[in-house]
Amino acid sequence: MSNKSLHIKELESESIYVIREVASQFEKSVLLFSGGKDSIVMAYLSYKAFYPSPIPFPFLHIDTGHNFEETIIYRDKLITQFDVKLCIGSVQDFIDSGCLKEETGYDASRNKLQTTVLLAMIEKNRFDAALGGARRDEEKVRAKERFFSHRDEFGQWDPKNQRPELWNIFNGKKQLSEHFRVFPLSNWTEMDIWQYILEENIKLPSLYYTHEREVFKRDGVWFAYYPFVKLRSNERPVIKRVRCRTIGDVTCTGLTLSEAHTTEEIISEIAVSRITERGGRFDDKRSETAMEDRKKAGYF
Amino acid sequence: MTTVNYSNVELLRFITAGSVDDGKSTLIGRLLYDSKSVFEDQLESMKVISERHGNHKVNLALLTDGLRSEREQGITIDVAYRYFSTPKRKFVIADTPGHIEYTRNMVTGASTAEAAIILIDARNGIMEQTKRHSYIISLLQIPNVIFAVNKMDLVDFSEKKFEKITDEYSIFIQKLNIKNVYYLPISAFHGDNVVEFSKKMTWYKGPSLLSILETIPLKNNISSLPARFPIQYVIRPQTDNFHDYRAYAGQIASGTYNVGDSVTIVPSYTQSIIKAIDNVMESLNEASAPQSVAIRLVDNVDASRGDMIVKSTELPIVDSNISLMVCWFNHRPLCIGIKYIIRHTTDEVFGIVTHVNYKVNINTMENVICDEHVKMNDIAHVFMKTSKPLKYDIYVKNRLTGGLIIIDGNTFETVGAGMIMK
Repeated sequence: MSNKSLHIKELESESIYVIREVASQFEKSVLLFSGGKDSIVMAYLSYKAFYPSPIPFPFLHIDTGHNFEETIIYRDKLITQFDVKLCIGSVQDFIDSGCLKEETGYDASRNKLQTTVLLAMIEKNRFDAALGGARRDEEKVRAKERFFSHRDEFGQWDPKNQRPELWNIFNGKKQLSEHFRVFPLSNWTEMDIWQYILEENIKLPSLYYTHEREVFKRDGVWFAYYPFVKLRSNERPVIKRVRCRTIGDVTCTGLTLSEAHTTEEIISEIAVSRITERGGRFDDKRSETAMEDRKKAGYF
Repeated sequence: MTTVNYSNVELLRFITAGSVDDGKSTLIGRLLYDSKSVFEDQLESMKVISERHGNHKVNLALLTDGLRSEREQGITIDVAYRYFSTPKRKFVIADTPGHIEYTRNMVTGASTAEAAIILIDARNGIMEQTKRHSYIISLLQIPNVIFAVNKMDLVDFSEKKFEKITDEYSIFIQKLNIKNVYYLPISAFHGDNVVEFSKKMTWYKGPSLLSILETIPLKNNISSLPARFPIQYVIRPQTDNFHDYRAYAGQIASGTYNVGDSVTIVPSYTQSIIKAIDNVMESLNEASAPQSVAIRLVDNVDASRGDMIVKSTELPIVDSNISLMVCWFNHRPLCIGIKYIIRHTTDEVFGIVTHVNYKVNINTMENVICDEHVKMNDIAHVFMKTSKPLKYDIYVKNRLTGGLIIIDGNTFETVGAGMIMK
């Protein structure tokens, strides 16, 4: 489109190419949809890649049960808008059936439990490629991801044995029961995503814009207060004007104090921000190699 | 619609190459740090780690060395991609390792790069790896090379030392096909000539590394090359509203297409005319590389994934006997006479290497004949026959239609890359 920036146009073309490659090379692919802005951009790009045909793969949401309600409302609207099938992998169901044990204590989170559910859903539905919205600029280990990332039958990633990726030729060949994770947004930065949302006039869940919310501060980061969150004695909920920079589930999404009402205001806020997007993600802070350990095990 | 002006910029993809300990990760850390692309929380976490490892100065290499084993060994073992931007350009860096066993990662990074930074340790001068990397850069046709002599602080910022190394290098690359070379002395650790000019090397009058990166010409000529459109996916909705809609989706590899162009589908040589170029709801009159579009033709033709739509006036070569330079990636050697899977553009065929013509000795740039054992990291000129003809251009003319990958038919690993010569 004529009013689009040069580099955004190039990134969009690259991503659409990768998405079409998935539809061509795999028999049963799926888009991992979290309700976050990156997966929303993925949904729009998938729509563009096959228009006027419908998107040829379902969406999969791994539901921790600890959601911001806005995410779920938005998800269901988008599913209707794009006329795609939604599969849900419920962490709560796995806990109820005894397959998973919930973490306890102050920092309890269902983030780690998602991996088990994701792998079980892939296995059950025999998905052979799972498209995700991860970007290389997010985190130091993601910086080493390929577009087509091979996973063994246990869903494991072997960073030392990645397939070389040359030019724009992707090798999605695999043995039975192995699968691929595919990351069409690999080369986008947080700013590119926001610029795209602006230029395409994409409507996001209200969580991304400033709103009043009951929050509490832990280790310097603001979190949403929900009754299932266990507070420490020095923590108490207060009302603040905040917005999300990323959306995970309630327990691991840090909030930013912000007055940004519009995408333009968010862009200028990010332009001067001195903290990375995932700086508010508690799940990354568990150890220096938290992301690597989770990814090897089969995390998103 | 309001567009944020400062961010309407071009994208430059470049790689960094060098031997072990030449300071690549430090240099990238420096570029990110000095261009203010490092965030407070990253800096904080680097400080903590540096101190744990006994360093009091923040180790900038920690920004790129992401995997646990890299941090333990203090080396880079896989390609890490980094992003930064200045008001003039956005950059994608592929940080590629210097170790000999990871040459395949350098080839991977090089295949999409438009510029390469070769780092040299001023104390050691040109090493075997420098030559190997330069050869790969020329083999993969990266048009711009920045030859950066690093660690100048450890040789007293000596102009003589710098000249000795660059003279040696300029003689060496006469044997290679490299178009533009820039030479500069830097200290990545202290930041001299990376973003800011060095006060200690006033004898150097050229631009800083960042300003070279901001101004080197981008390969815009890809849209003026002969038009190549590999069909990737056929869009056929078969819904009531779009009953007869049939479009060929793909990314334009090179050149420009217009509505009304006479085109030929290869390899069937069916002729037609472009009826429309679709980009979602929008119909374009003209589209060029590297846009992803969907092309509709006037006639109902038989065309599918792997075929190529080209302008009738500029046909590619169509042949099932090719010769190519191969870079081998796998622990198991190349086998003559066995069937490999070949991926070329969106096409897939079988290929058999019939003969190894020569291997390249990268250190001497000599061709070694009578040695048919192509092992990991070897580069060789081979002959191949394919089960179906390929539609291609030679690699030096077109990187996307002249490059292919070789896949093992049993393990499905990518075992080699090929650059078509003839």
